[in-house]
Amino acid sequence: MNSGSQRSASDVPTLKARGSATETDPHIQVRNLNAFYGKVQALANVNLEIPKRQITVIMGPSGCGKSTLLKTFNRFLELTDGTKILGEVLVDGQDIYAKGIDETEVRKRVGLLAQRPSPLPMSIYDNVAYGMHVHRMKRSRQEYKEAVRHYLEIAGLWDEVRKRMHDPATSLSIGQQQRLCLARGLAVEPEIILGDEPTSSLDPISSLNIESRLLDLKRVYTTVIVTHTLRQAKRLADYVIYMYLGEVIEAGPAHEVFSHPKHERTKAYLEGLV
Amino acid sequence: MRRGRWERRHVTEALAKAMMYASVALVAGSLALILFTVVLRGLPALSWEMVSKPPEGGYYMGKGGGVLNAIIGSLLLASGGTLAALIFGLPIALYLETYLGDSPWGRYVRLSLDVLWGIPSIVYGAFGFTLMLAIGLRASLLAGIIVLALLELPIMVRAMDEVIRRMPVDLEQAALALGSTKLEVAMRIVTRQMMPGIITAILLAFGRGIGDAASVLFTSGYTDRITTSLLRPTASLPLAVFFQLASPFPEVQKRGYASALILTVIVLVISLGSRWISGRVSRYTVK
Repeated sequence: MNSGSQRSASDVPTLKARGSATETDPHIQVRNLNAFYGKVQALANVNLEIPKRQITVIMGPSGCGKSTLLKTFNRFLELTDGTKILGEVLVDGQDIYAKGIDETEVRKRVGLLAQRPSPLPMSIYDNVAYGMHVHRMKRSRQEYKEAVRHYLEIAGLWDEVRKRMHDPATSLSIGQQQRLCLARGLAVEPEIILGDEPTSSLDPISSLNIESRLLDLKRVYTTVIVTHTLRQAKRLADYVIYMYLGEVIEAGPAHEVFSHPKHERTKAYLEGLV
Repeated sequence: MRRGRWERRHVTEALAKAMMYASVALVAGSLALILFTVVLRGLPALSWEMVSKPPEGGYYMGKGGGVLNAIIGSLLLASGGTLAALIFGLPIALYLETYLGDSPWGRYVRLSLDVLWGIPSIVYGAFGFTLMLAIGLRASLLAGIIVLALLELPIMVRAMDEVIRRMPVDLEQAALALGSTKLEVAMRIVTRQMMPGIITAILLAFGRGIGDAASVLFTSGYTDRITTSLLRPTASLPLAVFFQLASPFPEVQKRGYASALILTVIVLVISLGSRWISGRVSRYTVK
Protein backbone atom coordinates (compact mmCIF):
# COMPACT_ATOMS: atom_id res chain seq x y z
CA MET A 1 0.00 0.00 0.00
CA ASN A 2 1.26 3.40 -0.91
CA SER A 3 1.27 5.12 2.42
CA GLY A 4 1.77 8.59 3.72
CA SER A 5 5.42 8.40 2.82
CA GLN A 6 5.03 11.04 0.13
CA ARG A 7 3.89 13.43 2.78
CA SER A 8 6.50 15.79 4.10
CA ALA A 9 6.84 16.77 7.71
CA SER A 10 5.63 20.30 7.08
CA ASP A 11 2.09 19.47 6.04
CA VAL A 12 1.44 17.32 9.08
CA PRO A 13 -2.19 18.08 9.84
CA THR A 14 -3.33 18.84 6.32
CA LEU A 15 -3.70 15.78 4.21
CA LYS A 16 -3.56 15.75 0.48
CA ALA A 17 -6.07 13.80 -1.51
CA ARG A 18 -4.37 10.80 -2.97
CA GLY A 19 -4.63 9.10 -6.33
CA SER A 20 -7.82 9.75 -8.17
CA ALA A 21 -9.88 10.22 -5.02
CA THR A 22 -11.60 13.57 -4.73
CA GLU A 23 -13.29 15.36 -1.86
CA THR A 24 -16.72 13.94 -2.60
CA ASP A 25 -15.66 10.33 -2.98
CA PRO A 26 -16.38 8.15 0.04
CA HIS A 27 -13.26 7.52 2.09
CA ILE A 28 -14.14 3.98 3.07
CA GLN A 29 -16.29 1.69 0.96
CA VAL A 30 -17.47 -1.64 2.24
CA ARG A 31 -18.62 -4.21 -0.30
CA ASN A 32 -20.39 -7.48 0.51
CA LEU A 33 -18.56 -7.81 3.78
CA ASN A 34 -19.18 -10.92 5.85
CA ALA A 35 -17.33 -11.80 9.01
CA PHE A 36 -17.39 -14.94 11.13
CA TYR A 37 -16.17 -15.88 14.58
CA GLY A 38 -15.76 -19.60 14.06
CA LYS A 39 -19.19 -20.60 12.80
CA VAL A 40 -21.01 -17.58 14.21
CA GLN A 41 -21.69 -14.92 11.63
CA ALA A 42 -20.97 -11.48 13.06
CA LEU A 43 -21.40 -9.36 9.95
CA ALA A 44 -23.86 -10.21 7.20
CA ASN A 45 -23.48 -8.73 3.78
CA VAL A 46 -22.51 -5.22 4.80
CA ASN A 47 -22.40 -2.56 2.10
CA LEU A 48 -21.48 0.96 3.12
CA GLU A 49 -19.89 4.18 2.08
CA ILE A 50 -18.24 6.32 4.73
CA PRO A 51 -17.84 9.98 3.81
CA LYS A 52 -14.57 11.83 3.94
CA ARG A 53 -13.77 14.28 6.75
CA GLN A 54 -16.96 13.79 8.65
CA ILE A 55 -17.81 11.97 11.82
CA THR A 56 -19.61 8.73 11.11
CA VAL A 57 -21.23 7.12 14.12
CA ILE A 58 -22.03 3.43 14.18
CA MET A 59 -24.76 2.68 16.68
CA GLY A 60 -26.91 -0.23 17.66
CA PRO A 61 -27.65 -2.53 20.59
CA SER A 62 -24.76 -4.44 22.15
CA GLY A 63 -23.66 -7.49 20.22
CA CYS A 64 -24.92 -6.10 16.91
CA GLY A 65 -21.49 -6.14 15.27
CA LYS A 66 -20.57 -2.46 15.64
CA SER A 67 -17.09 -3.10 16.98
CA THR A 68 -16.58 -6.02 14.64
CA LEU A 69 -17.29 -3.78 11.67
CA LEU A 70 -14.96 -1.12 13.02
CA LYS A 71 -12.18 -3.68 13.47
CA THR A 72 -12.38 -4.67 9.82
CA PHE A 73 -11.33 -1.13 8.85
CA ASN A 74 -7.84 -1.41 10.33
CA ARG A 75 -7.35 -5.15 9.87
CA PHE A 76 -7.73 -5.73 13.60
CA LEU A 77 -10.41 -8.38 13.39
CA GLU A 78 -7.95 -10.93 12.06
CA LEU A 79 -5.98 -10.70 15.34
CA THR A 80 -8.75 -12.67 17.02
CA ASP A 81 -8.34 -16.42 16.55
CA GLY A 82 -10.82 -18.18 14.33
CA THR A 83 -12.16 -15.15 12.48
CA LYS A 84 -12.94 -15.25 8.77
CA ILE A 85 -13.50 -12.17 6.65
CA LEU A 86 -15.08 -12.21 3.18
CA GLY A 87 -15.70 -9.23 0.97
CA GLU A 88 -13.93 -5.95 0.40
CA VAL A 89 -13.07 -2.88 2.42
CA LEU A 90 -11.77 -0.09 0.23
CA VAL A 91 -9.84 2.87 1.59
CA ASP A 92 -9.44 5.53 -1.09
CA GLY A 93 -10.57 2.97 -3.59
CA GLN A 94 -7.99 0.39 -2.61
CA ASP A 95 -9.01 -2.95 -1.08
CA ILE A 96 -7.15 -3.33 2.22
CA TYR A 97 -7.76 -7.08 2.14
CA ALA A 98 -6.20 -7.51 -1.30
CA LYS A 99 -3.14 -9.70 -1.67
CA GLY A 100 0.18 -8.01 -1.00
CA ILE A 101 -1.28 -5.32 1.25
CA ASP A 102 0.88 -4.66 4.30
CA GLU A 103 -1.41 -4.61 7.33
CA THR A 104 1.02 -2.42 9.28
CA GLU A 105 0.64 0.26 6.59
CA VAL A 106 -3.14 -0.07 6.80
CA ARG A 107 -2.96 0.41 10.57
CA LYS A 108 -0.72 3.43 10.13
CA ARG A 109 -3.27 5.04 7.81
CA VAL A 110 -6.25 4.03 9.91
CA GLY A 111 -5.66 4.90 13.56
CA LEU A 112 -7.59 3.42 16.46
CA LEU A 113 -8.68 4.94 19.74
CA ALA A 114 -9.55 2.00 21.96
CA GLN A 115 -12.25 1.61 24.57
CA ARG A 116 -9.82 1.91 27.45
CA PRO A 117 -6.64 3.91 27.11
CA SER A 118 -3.59 1.68 27.21
CA PRO A 119 -0.41 3.68 27.51
CA LEU A 120 2.75 1.92 26.39
CA PRO A 121 5.27 1.04 29.13
CA MET A 122 7.36 4.14 28.59
CA SER A 123 7.41 7.87 29.27
CA ILE A 124 4.79 10.35 28.09
CA TYR A 125 7.22 11.63 25.47
CA ASP A 126 8.11 8.16 24.22
CA ASN A 127 4.46 7.17 23.95
CA VAL A 128 3.93 9.87 21.35
CA ALA A 129 7.30 9.35 19.68
CA TYR A 130 6.98 5.55 19.53
CA GLY A 131 4.94 5.29 16.33
CA MET A 132 7.05 7.90 14.58
CA HIS A 133 10.18 5.98 15.56
CA VAL A 134 8.78 2.69 14.31
CA HIS A 135 7.93 4.22 10.94
CA ARG A 136 11.14 6.32 10.91
CA MET A 137 9.14 9.42 10.15
CA LYS A 138 11.51 12.08 11.39
CA ARG A 139 15.16 12.74 10.85
CA SER A 140 16.48 14.43 13.96
CA ARG A 141 15.84 14.58 17.68
CA GLN A 142 14.66 18.12 17.26
CA GLU A 143 12.08 17.08 14.67
CA TYR A 144 10.78 14.37 16.98
CA LYS A 145 10.59 16.82 19.85
CA GLU A 146 8.63 19.32 17.81
CA ALA A 147 6.28 16.67 16.48
CA VAL A 148 5.62 15.29 19.97
CA ARG A 149 4.75 18.76 21.19
CA HIS A 150 2.60 19.41 18.12
CA TYR A 151 0.46 16.31 18.60
CA LEU A 152 0.16 16.79 22.35
CA GLU A 153 -1.15 20.27 21.59
CA ILE A 154 -3.67 18.89 19.11
CA ALA A 155 -4.83 16.41 21.73
CA GLY A 156 -5.12 19.22 24.26
CA LEU A 157 -2.65 17.66 26.66
CA TRP A 158 0.49 19.73 26.17
CA ASP A 159 -0.11 22.26 28.94
CA GLU A 160 -0.76 19.52 31.45
CA VAL A 161 2.32 17.44 30.64
CA ARG A 162 4.95 19.88 29.34
CA LYS A 163 6.83 19.79 32.64
CA ARG A 164 6.66 16.02 33.07
CA MET A 165 7.41 14.62 29.64
CA HIS A 166 9.65 11.92 31.09
CA ASP A 167 7.26 10.69 33.73
CA PRO A 168 5.69 7.29 33.12
CA ALA A 169 2.57 7.54 30.98
CA THR A 170 0.73 5.51 33.59
CA SER A 171 1.09 8.39 36.05
CA LEU A 172 -1.53 10.34 34.09
CA SER A 173 -5.21 10.25 34.96
CA ILE A 174 -7.35 8.00 32.81
CA GLY A 175 -8.83 10.94 30.90
CA GLN A 176 -5.35 12.30 30.22
CA GLN A 177 -4.23 8.84 29.15
CA GLN A 178 -6.97 8.73 26.52
CA ARG A 179 -5.86 12.09 25.15
CA LEU A 180 -2.29 10.76 25.15
CA CYS A 181 -3.51 7.79 23.12
CA LEU A 182 -5.15 10.23 20.72
CA ALA A 183 -1.88 12.19 20.35
CA ARG A 184 0.03 8.94 19.90
CA GLY A 185 -2.37 7.80 17.20
CA LEU A 186 -2.28 11.12 15.34
CA ALA A 187 1.51 11.17 15.43
CA VAL A 188 1.78 8.44 12.80
CA GLU A 189 -0.23 10.70 10.46
CA PRO A 190 -3.31 8.61 9.78
CA GLU A 191 -6.11 9.72 7.45
CA ILE A 192 -8.82 7.97 9.35
CA ILE A 193 -9.48 7.78 13.08
CA LEU A 194 -11.52 4.89 14.44
CA GLY A 195 -12.99 5.15 17.91
CA ASP A 196 -14.29 2.03 19.64
CA GLU A 197 -16.48 3.58 22.33
CA PRO A 198 -13.54 5.85 23.12
CA THR A 199 -15.20 7.59 26.02
CA SER A 200 -16.91 4.66 27.72
CA SER A 201 -14.25 4.34 30.43
CA LEU A 202 -13.98 8.07 31.08
CA ASP A 203 -15.70 10.45 33.46
CA PRO A 204 -18.20 12.91 31.93
CA ILE A 205 -15.80 15.84 31.75
CA SER A 206 -13.02 13.81 30.13
CA SER A 207 -15.59 12.38 27.72
CA LEU A 208 -16.69 15.83 26.61
CA ASN A 209 -13.05 16.80 26.25
CA ILE A 210 -12.41 13.87 23.88
CA GLU A 211 -15.63 14.63 22.00
CA SER A 212 -14.63 18.24 21.41
CA ARG A 213 -11.22 17.07 20.15
CA LEU A 214 -12.91 14.77 17.69
CA LEU A 215 -15.19 17.59 16.50
CA ASP A 216 -12.13 19.79 15.98
CA LEU A 217 -10.26 17.09 14.12
CA LYS A 218 -12.94 16.25 11.60
CA ARG A 219 -11.77 19.10 9.42
CA VAL A 220 -8.72 16.98 8.76
CA TYR A 221 -9.56 13.38 9.52
CA THR A 222 -12.29 11.01 8.53
CA THR A 223 -13.64 9.73 11.84
CA VAL A 224 -15.65 6.61 12.57
CA ILE A 225 -16.96 6.17 16.11
CA VAL A 226 -18.76 3.25 17.67
CA THR A 227 -21.00 4.28 20.53
CA HIS A 228 -23.80 2.82 22.56
CA THR A 229 -24.99 6.15 23.87
CA LEU A 230 -27.56 7.78 21.67
CA ARG A 231 -26.90 11.20 23.11
CA GLN A 232 -23.25 10.99 22.18
CA ALA A 233 -24.23 9.88 18.69
CA LYS A 234 -26.44 12.94 18.36
CA ARG A 235 -23.70 15.25 19.59
CA LEU A 236 -21.08 13.93 17.20
CA ALA A 237 -22.58 12.42 14.11
CA ASP A 238 -22.63 13.85 10.61
CA TYR A 239 -23.42 10.45 9.21
CA VAL A 240 -25.07 7.57 11.01
CA ILE A 241 -25.05 3.81 10.59
CA TYR A 242 -27.56 1.77 12.52
CA MET A 243 -26.78 -1.91 12.90
CA TYR A 244 -28.80 -4.80 14.22
CA LEU A 245 -27.71 -8.45 14.49
CA GLY A 246 -24.76 -8.05 12.17
CA GLU A 247 -26.65 -6.21 9.47
CA VAL A 248 -26.70 -2.58 8.50
CA ILE A 249 -30.33 -1.57 8.87
CA GLU A 250 -30.01 2.04 7.94
CA ALA A 251 -27.27 4.48 6.99
CA GLY A 252 -27.47 8.12 6.03
CA PRO A 253 -26.82 11.72 7.02
CA ALA A 254 -27.39 12.24 10.74
CA HIS A 255 -30.17 14.80 10.45
CA GLU A 256 -32.19 12.49 8.19
CA VAL A 257 -31.73 9.34 10.23
CA PHE A 258 -32.41 11.07 13.53
CA SER A 259 -35.45 13.01 12.39
CA HIS A 260 -36.96 10.67 9.79
CA PRO A 261 -35.73 7.13 10.28
CA LYS A 262 -36.89 5.01 7.38
CA HIS A 263 -36.74 1.67 9.10
CA GLU A 264 -38.96 0.50 11.94
CA ARG A 265 -36.01 -0.94 13.88
CA THR A 266 -34.11 2.34 13.71
CA LYS A 267 -37.19 4.16 14.89
CA ALA A 268 -37.57 1.77 17.79
CA TYR A 269 -33.91 2.19 18.75
CA LEU A 270 -34.11 5.97 18.61
CA GLU A 271 -37.17 5.88 20.80
CA GLY A 272 -35.32 3.74 23.29
CA LEU A 273 -37.35 0.60 22.72
CA VAL A 274 -34.46 -1.72 21.81
CA MET B 1 -20.58 -1.90 71.11
CA ARG B 2 -17.83 -3.20 73.36
CA ARG B 3 -19.29 -6.63 73.79
CA GLY B 4 -18.97 -7.20 70.04
CA ARG B 5 -15.29 -7.71 70.55
CA TRP B 6 -15.83 -11.15 71.99
CA GLU B 7 -18.10 -12.28 69.22
CA ARG B 8 -16.89 -15.39 67.52
CA ARG B 9 -15.90 -13.75 64.23
CA HIS B 10 -13.77 -11.15 66.00
CA VAL B 11 -12.03 -13.82 68.02
CA THR B 12 -11.36 -15.77 64.82
CA GLU B 13 -9.94 -12.67 63.21
CA ALA B 14 -7.69 -12.00 66.20
CA LEU B 15 -6.46 -15.60 66.17
CA ALA B 16 -5.77 -15.52 62.44
CA LYS B 17 -3.86 -12.27 62.86
CA ALA B 18 -1.82 -13.72 65.71
CA MET B 19 -0.88 -16.69 63.56
CA MET B 20 0.16 -14.42 60.70
CA TYR B 21 2.32 -12.35 63.01
CA ALA B 22 3.84 -15.55 64.39
CA SER B 23 4.76 -16.80 60.92
CA VAL B 24 6.25 -13.47 59.96
CA ALA B 25 8.26 -13.51 63.17
CA LEU B 26 9.40 -17.06 62.43
CA VAL B 27 10.61 -16.15 58.94
CA ALA B 28 12.25 -12.89 59.91
CA GLY B 29 13.64 -14.50 63.06
CA SER B 30 15.22 -17.40 61.19
CA LEU B 31 16.90 -15.02 58.77
CA ALA B 32 18.15 -12.87 61.63
CA LEU B 33 19.40 -15.92 63.53
CA ILE B 34 21.22 -17.33 60.50
CA LEU B 35 22.83 -13.98 59.75
CA PHE B 36 23.70 -13.53 63.42
CA THR B 37 25.38 -16.95 63.66
CA VAL B 38 27.28 -16.56 60.43
CA VAL B 39 28.45 -13.06 61.29
CA LEU B 40 29.28 -13.89 64.90
CA ARG B 41 31.38 -16.90 64.02
CA GLY B 42 32.63 -15.88 60.61
CA LEU B 43 33.51 -12.23 61.02
CA PRO B 44 36.49 -12.76 63.41
CA ALA B 45 38.10 -15.13 60.92
CA LEU B 46 37.37 -12.95 57.92
CA SER B 47 40.41 -11.18 56.60
CA TRP B 48 41.73 -9.70 53.41
CA GLU B 49 43.79 -12.84 53.00
CA MET B 50 40.60 -14.95 53.05
CA VAL B 51 39.16 -13.25 50.01
CA SER B 52 42.33 -12.46 48.10
CA LYS B 53 44.31 -15.70 48.16
CA PRO B 54 43.74 -19.35 47.29
CA PRO B 55 44.67 -21.92 49.97
CA GLU B 56 48.37 -22.31 50.63
CA GLY B 57 50.08 -25.51 51.78
CA GLY B 58 48.69 -26.55 55.15
CA TYR B 59 45.66 -24.27 54.84
CA TYR B 60 43.36 -27.00 56.00
CA MET B 61 45.47 -27.41 59.12
CA GLY B 62 45.17 -23.76 59.96
CA LYS B 63 48.00 -22.23 57.92
CA GLY B 64 47.86 -19.31 55.46
CA GLY B 65 45.75 -18.63 52.42
CA GLY B 66 42.10 -18.02 51.62
CA VAL B 67 39.16 -19.15 49.57
CA LEU B 68 39.61 -17.03 46.45
CA ASN B 69 39.57 -20.26 44.43
CA ALA B 70 36.06 -21.01 45.71
CA ILE B 71 34.81 -17.44 45.31
CA ILE B 72 35.91 -17.30 41.69
CA GLY B 73 34.76 -20.87 41.10
CA SER B 74 31.30 -20.18 42.49
CA LEU B 75 30.88 -16.98 40.50
CA LEU B 76 31.96 -18.76 37.31
CA LEU B 77 29.74 -21.76 37.97
CA ALA B 78 26.66 -19.72 38.81
CA SER B 79 27.14 -17.16 36.03
CA GLY B 80 27.81 -19.86 33.45
CA GLY B 81 24.88 -21.94 34.63
CA THR B 82 22.57 -18.93 34.67
CA LEU B 83 23.66 -17.81 31.21
CA ALA B 84 23.12 -21.31 29.80
CA ALA B 85 19.74 -21.57 31.54
CA LEU B 86 18.77 -18.18 30.12
CA ILE B 87 19.74 -19.14 26.58
CA PHE B 88 17.42 -22.13 26.75
CA GLY B 89 14.94 -20.75 29.24
CA LEU B 90 13.82 -17.52 27.58
CA PRO B 91 12.77 -19.23 24.33
CA ILE B 92 10.98 -21.92 26.34
CA ALA B 93 9.11 -19.26 28.30
CA LEU B 94 8.17 -17.33 25.16
CA TYR B 95 7.17 -20.54 23.39
CA LEU B 96 5.03 -21.57 26.34
CA GLU B 97 3.20 -18.27 26.22
CA THR B 98 2.86 -17.63 22.50
CA TYR B 99 2.23 -21.11 21.17
CA LEU B 100 1.24 -23.47 23.96
CA GLY B 101 -0.75 -21.17 26.20
CA ASP B 102 -3.22 -23.12 28.31
CA SER B 103 -3.34 -26.08 25.93
CA PRO B 104 -2.91 -29.62 27.31
CA TRP B 105 0.71 -29.55 26.12
CA GLY B 106 1.27 -26.23 27.83
CA ARG B 107 -0.07 -27.62 31.09
CA TYR B 108 2.08 -30.72 30.69
CA VAL B 109 5.21 -28.65 30.14
CA ARG B 110 4.42 -26.49 33.20
CA LEU B 111 3.80 -29.57 35.32
CA SER B 112 7.11 -31.06 34.16
CA LEU B 113 8.93 -27.87 35.08
CA ASP B 114 7.29 -27.84 38.51
CA VAL B 115 8.35 -31.44 39.11
CA LEU B 116 11.89 -30.67 37.96
CA TRP B 117 11.91 -27.69 40.32
CA GLY B 118 11.17 -30.00 43.23
CA ILE B 119 13.85 -32.59 42.48
CA PRO B 120 16.62 -32.50 45.10
CA SER B 121 19.88 -31.13 43.80
CA ILE B 122 21.84 -34.24 44.78
CA VAL B 123 19.74 -36.08 42.19
CA TYR B 124 20.79 -33.52 39.60
CA GLY B 125 24.37 -34.12 40.72
CA ALA B 126 24.05 -37.87 40.33
CA PHE B 127 22.31 -37.47 36.98
CA GLY B 128 25.02 -35.10 35.82
CA PHE B 129 27.64 -37.58 36.92
CA THR B 130 26.16 -40.42 34.84
CA LEU B 131 25.81 -38.01 31.93
CA MET B 132 29.49 -37.11 32.26
CA LEU B 133 30.48 -40.76 32.30
CA ALA B 134 28.42 -41.34 29.18
CA ILE B 135 30.03 -38.56 27.18
CA GLY B 136 33.49 -38.99 28.71
CA LEU B 137 33.63 -35.61 30.48
CA ARG B 138 35.66 -35.39 33.69
CA ALA B 139 34.76 -33.38 36.75
CA SER B 140 35.17 -29.83 35.49
CA LEU B 141 33.84 -26.30 35.42
CA LEU B 142 31.95 -27.17 32.22
CA ALA B 143 30.23 -30.18 33.78
CA GLY B 144 29.29 -28.06 36.81
CA ILE B 145 27.84 -25.37 34.56
CA ILE B 146 25.78 -27.90 32.63
CA VAL B 147 24.29 -29.40 35.79
CA LEU B 148 23.63 -25.99 37.33
CA ALA B 149 21.93 -24.91 34.11
CA LEU B 150 19.64 -27.94 34.39
CA LEU B 151 19.00 -27.15 38.03
CA GLU B 152 18.25 -23.48 37.34
CA LEU B 153 16.20 -23.93 34.19
CA PRO B 154 12.86 -24.86 35.81
CA ILE B 155 12.90 -22.05 38.35
CA MET B 156 13.86 -19.54 35.70
CA VAL B 157 11.29 -20.63 33.13
CA ARG B 158 8.44 -20.78 35.64
CA ALA B 159 9.31 -17.36 37.03
CA MET B 160 9.41 -15.87 33.51
CA ASP B 161 6.24 -17.70 32.55
CA GLU B 162 4.37 -16.04 35.39
CA VAL B 163 5.60 -12.63 34.25
CA ILE B 164 4.74 -13.15 30.59
CA ARG B 165 1.26 -14.32 31.47
CA ARG B 166 0.65 -11.05 33.26
CA MET B 167 1.38 -9.12 30.07
CA PRO B 168 -1.76 -7.05 29.35
CA VAL B 169 -3.34 -7.89 25.97
CA ASP B 170 -4.33 -4.25 25.44
CA LEU B 171 -0.70 -3.25 25.32
CA GLU B 172 0.12 -5.48 22.39
CA GLN B 173 -2.97 -4.25 20.55
CA ALA B 174 -2.13 -0.63 21.23
CA ALA B 175 1.27 -1.04 19.60
CA LEU B 176 -0.18 -3.02 16.69
CA ALA B 177 -2.78 -0.30 16.12
CA LEU B 178 0.06 2.15 15.47
CA GLY B 179 1.32 -0.06 12.68
CA SER B 180 4.04 -1.97 14.55
CA THR B 181 5.07 -5.37 13.29
CA LYS B 182 4.84 -8.30 15.72
CA LEU B 183 8.61 -8.32 16.11
CA GLU B 184 8.58 -4.63 17.03
CA VAL B 185 5.89 -5.36 19.59
CA ALA B 186 7.99 -8.18 21.03
CA MET B 187 11.26 -6.23 21.08
CA ARG B 188 10.06 -2.76 22.01
CA ILE B 189 6.97 -3.37 24.11
CA VAL B 190 6.87 -6.90 25.53
CA THR B 191 10.50 -6.99 26.65
CA ARG B 192 10.21 -3.54 28.16
CA GLN B 193 7.12 -4.49 30.07
CA MET B 194 8.61 -7.80 31.19
CA MET B 195 12.15 -6.67 31.96
CA PRO B 196 11.76 -6.40 35.76
CA GLY B 197 10.29 -9.88 35.87
CA ILE B 198 13.00 -11.32 33.63
CA ILE B 199 15.69 -9.82 35.85
CA THR B 200 14.04 -11.27 38.94
CA ALA B 201 13.81 -14.67 37.26
CA ILE B 202 17.48 -14.58 36.30
CA LEU B 203 18.59 -13.65 39.80
CA LEU B 204 16.36 -16.22 41.47
CA ALA B 205 18.04 -18.82 39.30
CA PHE B 206 21.48 -17.39 40.03
CA GLY B 207 20.76 -17.48 43.74
CA ARG B 208 19.76 -21.10 43.60
CA GLY B 209 22.81 -21.95 41.50
CA ILE B 210 25.44 -20.25 43.62
CA GLY B 211 24.20 -21.72 46.86
CA ASP B 212 23.98 -25.29 45.72
CA ALA B 213 26.56 -27.77 46.96
CA ALA B 214 25.17 -31.17 46.10
CA SER B 215 24.90 -30.73 42.35
CA VAL B 216 28.50 -29.60 41.95
CA LEU B 217 29.92 -32.13 44.39
CA PHE B 218 30.27 -34.85 41.74
CA THR B 219 30.38 -32.73 38.68
CA SER B 220 32.87 -29.95 39.14
CA GLY B 221 35.01 -31.54 41.81
CA TYR B 222 37.21 -29.34 43.96
CA THR B 223 40.63 -27.80 43.63
CA ASP B 224 42.82 -25.43 45.60
CA ARG B 225 43.84 -23.69 42.39
CA ILE B 226 42.00 -20.90 40.67
CA THR B 227 40.32 -22.42 37.64
CA THR B 228 41.46 -21.18 34.29
CA SER B 229 39.88 -23.75 31.99
CA LEU B 230 36.37 -25.00 31.37
CA LEU B 231 37.71 -28.53 31.35
CA ARG B 232 39.47 -28.32 34.73
CA PRO B 233 37.81 -28.97 38.09
CA THR B 234 36.82 -25.94 40.08
CA ALA B 235 36.20 -25.09 43.72
CA SER B 236 32.94 -23.64 44.96
CA LEU B 237 31.93 -21.78 48.11
CA PRO B 238 29.27 -24.21 49.36
CA LEU B 239 31.78 -27.04 49.20
CA ALA B 240 34.47 -24.85 50.77
CA VAL B 241 32.10 -24.26 53.67
CA PHE B 242 31.38 -27.96 53.92
CA PHE B 243 35.03 -29.08 53.87
CA GLN B 244 36.20 -26.50 56.38
CA LEU B 245 33.36 -27.04 58.82
CA ALA B 246 34.10 -30.76 58.72
CA SER B 247 37.66 -30.10 59.83
CA PRO B 248 38.72 -30.96 63.42
CA PHE B 249 40.75 -27.74 63.68
CA PRO B 250 38.87 -24.84 65.28
CA GLU B 251 40.73 -22.25 63.14
CA VAL B 252 39.63 -24.01 59.99
CA GLN B 253 36.06 -24.28 61.28
CA LYS B 254 36.03 -20.55 61.87
CA ARG B 255 37.18 -20.01 58.30
CA GLY B 256 34.28 -22.21 57.26
CA TYR B 257 31.94 -19.71 58.87
CA ALA B 258 33.85 -16.88 57.24
CA SER B 259 33.37 -18.59 53.88
CA ALA B 260 29.66 -18.92 54.61
CA LEU B 261 29.61 -15.23 55.41
CA ILE B 262 31.25 -14.45 52.06
CA LEU B 263 28.66 -16.57 50.25
CA THR B 264 25.83 -14.90 52.15
CA VAL B 265 27.15 -11.46 51.34
CA ILE B 266 27.43 -12.34 47.63
CA VAL B 267 23.81 -13.56 47.59
CA LEU B 268 22.68 -10.52 49.56
CA VAL B 269 24.44 -8.08 47.25
CA ILE B 270 22.97 -9.81 44.23
CA SER B 271 19.42 -9.81 45.52
CA LEU B 272 19.59 -6.19 46.68
CA GLY B 273 21.18 -5.25 43.35
CA SER B 274 18.45 -7.02 41.46
CA ARG B 275 15.79 -5.21 43.46
CA TRP B 276 17.41 -1.94 42.66
CA ILE B 277 17.73 -2.72 38.96
CA SER B 278 14.19 -4.02 38.58
CA GLY B 279 12.93 -1.02 40.51
CA ARG B 280 14.65 1.23 38.01
CA VAL B 281 13.41 -0.60 34.94
CA SER B 282 9.89 -1.01 36.28
CA ARG B 283 9.36 2.73 36.51
CA TYR B 284 7.60 2.72 33.18
CA THR B 285 5.88 -0.65 33.21
CA VAL B 286 2.12 -0.79 33.05
CA LYS B 287 0.69 -2.35 36.19
